[in-house]
Amino acid sequence: MGKKLLLKNDHIQGIQSYEVYRNTGGYTSVEKALKSMTPDTVTEEVKKSGLRGRGGAGFPTGMKWSFLAKPPGGARYLVCNADESEPGTFKDRYLMEHIPHLLIEGMITSSYALGANASYIYIRGEYYYITRILEKAIAEAYKNGWLGKNILGTDFSHDLYVHVGAGAYICGEETALLESLEGKRGNPRIKPPFPAVAGLYGCPTVVNNVETIAAVVPIINDGGEEYAKVGIGKSTGTKLISASGHINKPGVYEIELGVPVEEFIYSEEYCGGIWNNKKLKAVVAGGSSVPILPAELILKTAAGEPRLMSYESLSDGGFATGTMLGSGGFIVMDESTSIVKNLWNFTRFYHHESCGQCSPCREGTGWMEKVLHRILEGHGKMSDVDLLWDIQSKIEGKTICPLGDAAAWPVASAIRHFRSEFEEMIEKVEQQKNLKKEFSV
Amino acid sequence: MQNDNIKFSDQSLDYVHSLIKRYPEGKHKSALIPILHVAQAEFDGWLSPAVMDYVASILKIQPVEVYEVASFYSMFNLKPVGKCLIEVCRTSSCWLRGAEDIVSHLENKLQIKVGQTTSDGMFTLKTVECLGSCGTAPMMQVGTDFFENLNKEKTDSLLQKFRNEGKRRTYLDEPETRNV
Repeated sequence: MGKKLLLKNDHIQGIQSYEVYRNTGGYTSVEKALKSMTPDTVTEEVKKSGLRGRGGAGFPTGMKWSFLAKPPGGARYLVCNADESEPGTFKDRYLMEHIPHLLIEGMITSSYALGANASYIYIRGEYYYITRILEKAIAEAYKNGWLGKNILGTDFSHDLYVHVGAGAYICGEETALLESLEGKRGNPRIKPPFPAVAGLYGCPTVVNNVETIAAVVPIINDGGEEYAKVGIGKSTGTKLISASGHINKPGVYEIELGVPVEEFIYSEEYCGGIWNNKKLKAVVAGGSSVPILPAELILKTAAGEPRLMSYESLSDGGFATGTMLGSGGFIVMDESTSIVKNLWNFTRFYHHESCGQCSPCREGTGWMEKVLHRILEGHGKMSDVDLLWDIQSKIEGKTICPLGDAAAWPVASAIRHFRSEFEEMIEKVEQQKNLKKEFSV
Repeated sequence: MQNDNIKFSDQSLDYVHSLIKRYPEGKHKSALIPILHVAQAEFDGWLSPAVMDYVASILKIQPVEVYEVASFYSMFNLKPVGKCLIEVCRTSSCWLRGAEDIVSHLENKLQIKVGQTTSDGMFTLKTVECLGSCGTAPMMQVGTDFFENLNKEKTDSLLQKFRNEGKRRTYLDEPETRNV
């Protein structure tokens, strides 16, 4: 059994309620931080922990915090990104639904470090029922003195609010999220300025994922160095993995970073193997945006080393033979899966979700969807495979926000590793057309 | 143009004012999306131009500021929908576990295509992108509730239940499927 830091108590009856959460050690990180630490020492502990953003980008959290501008007198904000919309990802939902106070505790401790007197949890609209769970927990936290004025008799005051979105993948991008929080369309902003300088309402703002903020709690309780002992190399701590697709036991698993991929897929502790005794064909390891890998490359690196569930090991080999840990949305496909059809499914998603600001993404995602659709419908041409490659290469890196890259990478990796599957599908149709021609003469 | 018949109930109006208070002074436009959810739930499940104008008047912003937001987000309906808006997830993880079968089963049962409403106004069928229910796929959202691990039998009994109850389901309902 790997070490658990976030979900160690999720099995306890009634852990959603304040009393049970508090009786099992809840809110001690707030006590410790406010009574015995300065905001800067809290940030130092987070730096020491090596915690990296759990939303997908993997940027060091302590460093992100230290970029926050602190002009005297002005407001600063912490915004929690609970927009969780990356296909294959459902860990934040689990965490908020089952242990809402863990997120709230993390928000208070983190806000203390950042000097933010107000913070928002931006949650995707489809999770409306979870806003009720969070709001109930927030009300309990106010009632028990963890939120509001002069918390624990200190100078620190803090108000925490839930803000609900209304269905838009792009709002998971932090500047689109801020636009949305200001009551506008979710169009990403041009950077710089970064939110650390000009974020919500033009004020310095830190945007962190739900899981990242929750991880601050064990970091402050046990110390950054203790946290850094868990995991492997620069992949410190634990990670929530959302496992889905053709496996026996889909669900959210907290793993110690560094677990071998093979163990994660086949052991009873985690995914429990491929369903219906089928063989593994491919895995999308970190949410729909990251490169898809065939079975042999997800289980072992190109050099033949066992692949591990860590930032470094999953990206070993770059995009040629590797992928990314991303959000931890681990989608497993068995031997019967059509990679072409799955790619069309992903591409349709990105076309639907493109905000429309940048032409390469707005036009390119729709074009790729159309080309893939015609291949699936039996109207593809052999040149379509190169055409797809060409389109994706002209989206990547040419847009304001990373949605363009996210739309390009699945296409590039599917062609890179499964080109023959595209060609066979097109060839079959061309042969049938030729046969028809012969007989009609 | 403002329609005098469109007005929040007193209870909803109190809630709307409490939403506005969550944001700093002068930043009340932030409450727009939360208020549009309340409006959609209260005014028959969709946002007519008159309803949007009403919301604009509450926030003291231009109607176009409401239209441009309402048209951006997929949860806001700009045309009337049935009492039960059935939203079936179609993205990869749900597709891998049979979402297409659920959609065609619903089309057969309801005798409508995706995007259409039954003639009695009870059901509208829609496919949506990933709802974060990949570990319990396939799934559909109806109002606030997620109905997960669907198969044809389960889908049939849910349709029967919705029909028997006959009520409008909204995102703001008290959830009934979760036990937490």
